Amino acid sequence: MHSIESFGTHDGPGIRWVVFLQGCKLKCLYCHNPDTIETSGGTEYDIEELVQMALKMKPYFGKKGGVTVSGGEPLLQAKEIIPFFKRLKEEGIHTNIDTNGRILNSFSKELLDDYADLVMLDIKHMTEEGYLALTGVSCKETTFNFAAYREASGKAMWLRYVLIPGITNQPELLHAMGKYFKDYQTIEKIEIQPYHKLGVHKWEALGWDYQLKEARENTPEELIAASDILKNYFKKVKIN
Amino acid sequence: MKIKTFNTGIWEKTINLRDFVTKNITPYHGTYDFLEGPSEKTLKLWDICKQGTKEERQRNGVHSVDTDIVSGINAFQAGYIDRENEVIVGLQTDALLKRSMKPFGGFKVVEKALSEHGLKPNNQLSELFTKYVKSHNDGVFDAYTDEIRKFRSLGFLTGLPDNYARGRIIGDYRRIALYGVTRLIEAKKQDLANIAGPMSDNVIRLREEVSEQIKALKEIVGMGKSYGLDLSRPAENAQEAVQWTYMSYLAAVKEQDGAAMSLGNVSSFLDIFIQRDLEDGIITEVEAQEYIDQFVMKLRMVRHLRMEAYDEIFAGDPTWVTEAIGGMLEDGRTKVTKTSFRFLNTLYNLGASPEPNITILWSENLPQNFKNYCAKVSIDTSSIQFENDDLMRSKRGSDDYGIACCVSFQELGKSIQFFGARTNLAKTLLLALNGGRCEFTGTQMIDGIPVYTDEYLDFDKVMDNFRIAMKEVARVYNDSMNIIHYMHDKYYYEKAQMALIDTNPSINIAYGIAGLSIVADSLSAIKHAKVKPIRNEEGLTVDFQIEGEFPKYGNDDDRVDFLASNAVAEFNNELKKLPVYKDAEPTMSVLTITSNVSYGKKTGATPDGRAQGVPFAPGANPMHGRDCNGAIASLNSVSKINYDDSKDGISNTFSIVPKSLGSDEEEQIENLATTLDGYFSRNAQHLNVNVLNKEMLLDAMENPDEYPQLTIRVSGYAVNFVRLTKEQQLEVITRSFHESM
Repeated sequence: MHSIESFGTHDGPGIRWVVFLQGCKLKCLYCHNPDTIETSGGTEYDIEELVQMALKMKPYFGKKGGVTVSGGEPLLQAKEIIPFFKRLKEEGIHTNIDTNGRILNSFSKELLDDYADLVMLDIKHMTEEGYLALTGVSCKETTFNFAAYREASGKAMWLRYVLIPGITNQPELLHAMGKYFKDYQTIEKIEIQPYHKLGVHKWEALGWDYQLKEARENTPEELIAASDILKNYFKKVKIN
Repeated sequence: MKIKTFNTGIWEKTINLRDFVTKNITPYHGTYDFLEGPSEKTLKLWDICKQGTKEERQRNGVHSVDTDIVSGINAFQAGYIDRENEVIVGLQTDALLKRSMKPFGGFKVVEKALSEHGLKPNNQLSELFTKYVKSHNDGVFDAYTDEIRKFRSLGFLTGLPDNYARGRIIGDYRRIALYGVTRLIEAKKQDLANIAGPMSDNVIRLREEVSEQIKALKEIVGMGKSYGLDLSRPAENAQEAVQWTYMSYLAAVKEQDGAAMSLGNVSSFLDIFIQRDLEDGIITEVEAQEYIDQFVMKLRMVRHLRMEAYDEIFAGDPTWVTEAIGGMLEDGRTKVTKTSFRFLNTLYNLGASPEPNITILWSENLPQNFKNYCAKVSIDTSSIQFENDDLMRSKRGSDDYGIACCVSFQELGKSIQFFGARTNLAKTLLLALNGGRCEFTGTQMIDGIPVYTDEYLDFDKVMDNFRIAMKEVARVYNDSMNIIHYMHDKYYYEKAQMALIDTNPSINIAYGIAGLSIVADSLSAIKHAKVKPIRNEEGLTVDFQIEGEFPKYGNDDDRVDFLASNAVAEFNNELKKLPVYKDAEPTMSVLTITSNVSYGKKTGATPDGRAQGVPFAPGANPMHGRDCNGAIASLNSVSKINYDDSKDGISNTFSIVPKSLGSDEEEQIENLATTLDGYFSRNAQHLNVNVLNKEMLLDAMENPDEYPQLTIRVSGYAVNFVRLTKEQQLEVITRSFHESM
């Protein structure tokens, strides 16, 4: 585990207790938690210890909130998340996975089928080249297969999309995404994540070069324009 | 003429407001859509008030003062803001924002406050009060021991109401509207007749007090007459009910200048009259809102004459016109009415304001629409606070109560409390480490604590000595309180307020502590790390070296949180052992007002690594920047302090940036309401909520004129940010603002 946020309000429905796991095979240029990328490091916790910590937060979950596992890429530890979510469900706590969807093995499938009440899938880019350029990995198709698998399970999914001027906000990309996913029944909403530079200092602290220095943050107009396009395809579009 | 009669009940036979409200209330579960904006008359008046408060700021915080008249219930001629636009009339003096002298608390204080503005009382009064009339302050200092003086002057006991009025007593300001003064006088006369011999001190005193109350009631009728109002009879319609209620409160703030003079819980009482007039078609919603807006406007204009030193403990010129809104009845219905919404709506109609100090009595079972509206108002204005109705109602056994001052339960018309300011628990801990000597002066404060010479502090030894220190400090504290309240009753009795309370009410004494988080973290450092005291030549600790890590209060870590809750329990137990004047029940609060800054200044370095002079955290808050596991972990730590050990209140101030509550208004409202549900389900007692950006506060420091109404919550009350001193502003800004990004 990398860290915990006890009052997550941008990590799924309601108030969330968010567990950030250590390690990710992608290295997204805009990553705002680059310190979670290395697969080494982090702190080991017993599942039951985490469950007890989550239970202390339960009074604040209300009708909507719950636990979100984020990262890093949480599905690198899909096998370990299964018993964790199993216990949370026994305690009546809503479970959510925040993932890039790159891992579709028997463990992650079990999670998708049985234990994750919600999956938030990060759509990085609609083209294979764009995906590779942003993340350093060619796995766009896998993540789309991941979406299809979740769709088949019939359980709730949110899409998330980081909007970067000039890189992911071109209308043709947004229309392509809309057309691709418009018939998915399990997608409750899509969240636009406006690109921001809050993570830059973390890159510098790690001694890494931040390659998106030239990118700029969105104007309010750009956010609304993107949202308007997506509204043609999705029930609910939210700017986070 | 009355068109519809009220539901009957025992309230007709005896003075019983609770019964009247319970029998006649119309609980409201709907949304805020019915609310109306301000009337033209209201806006005209408010413009004059805004101009007046601007002039007040320009004149160093005091608009004007009457230096000829000693204030009293009927001491001044009628005053108006703009008579033709006022539907609710009455001012403390004959002019808006003009302050008055109330010298019975202490004449020297009045002289000092005046001289700070280049004024002095008229010569006759000076002669009268220096030669012939004795004040509360004179009486207290006649009786104080050398020991109490020492504890007071060296900062162990602070903010004691020995040179200003104690306040905290809440008159049941609904009584005159329901019964009229004539009926109340009859009831008091009957009580007086029943107070018979043998003539012990207590009986004699009570007979004198009730006689004073009857005089006050007569004066209230006189004050009403000066405004053309017949307060001797009950209010006959909604406008009169609001007017009569305001007149009752006005009598109190003309006679007294207590630190905190709460209003009670008048909103749902007034709703009964408003609802009746609306149903009868006598008034419209616009008029209903106009009554409330103008009533609230008057409450915002209440002023007392204070000296500058007072600002250190109670910053921003507060009056604590605390109004408790919401909560549940014992029969399971809610006390939320449309007028609960109307009171909150005034924060939009007139803009944000610290006064009246609106306190939402939160229950799990409040109507969801009301919860959401409160959350919205909190996010939009940062002007309201929240307290746990489920907890207080069940633990204190009444559903008809107000909040005295900041956070304290007080059953209305049935009980009162004696304000006890607070003791500095962090300095008490330092006594334990310094052989009972003051850490600055070396003055021997208490005996029986061995001189500590070990190289490292040992937890068990420290606790043994800390217990001795707590016991001794409690003893001196109790002595001072007994003197203060004896003298206050004798020289500055609250006859107007007590006239509106049952004869011989139950009393609790409201002790308090400051520096709880410092004590908890210090004990944690001593227990879980190694702490080496650095001593000067006189053997006094001047600093501490800490080796290793230790858990800090505010992170939901039981290892330290229980040190905090135990310290509260132990000090409370010491206080409970001591007898109190008038057999008052001892209770304690963890509350600092803004005095956490000045207490910090008066406290040496502490074993938690806090340097000498650094401000304390307010109330029961974790120390700034030490709660690093997020907002909920911080709330959970505070919620572990047991209300049974701190029945006068446990104040927590929670500041969060809007974005951290959620990405849009709907989410923010929902998340704040859910957070409150969660916090209070853990039996926490109080929460101040600020939803603000730090950048805005920094900008307000630079450009105060652009933020005249910017309101923020501090420990248990709210202030205009621009009326705080620079030091206090900075302290607020360095506080933990929870950001989840």
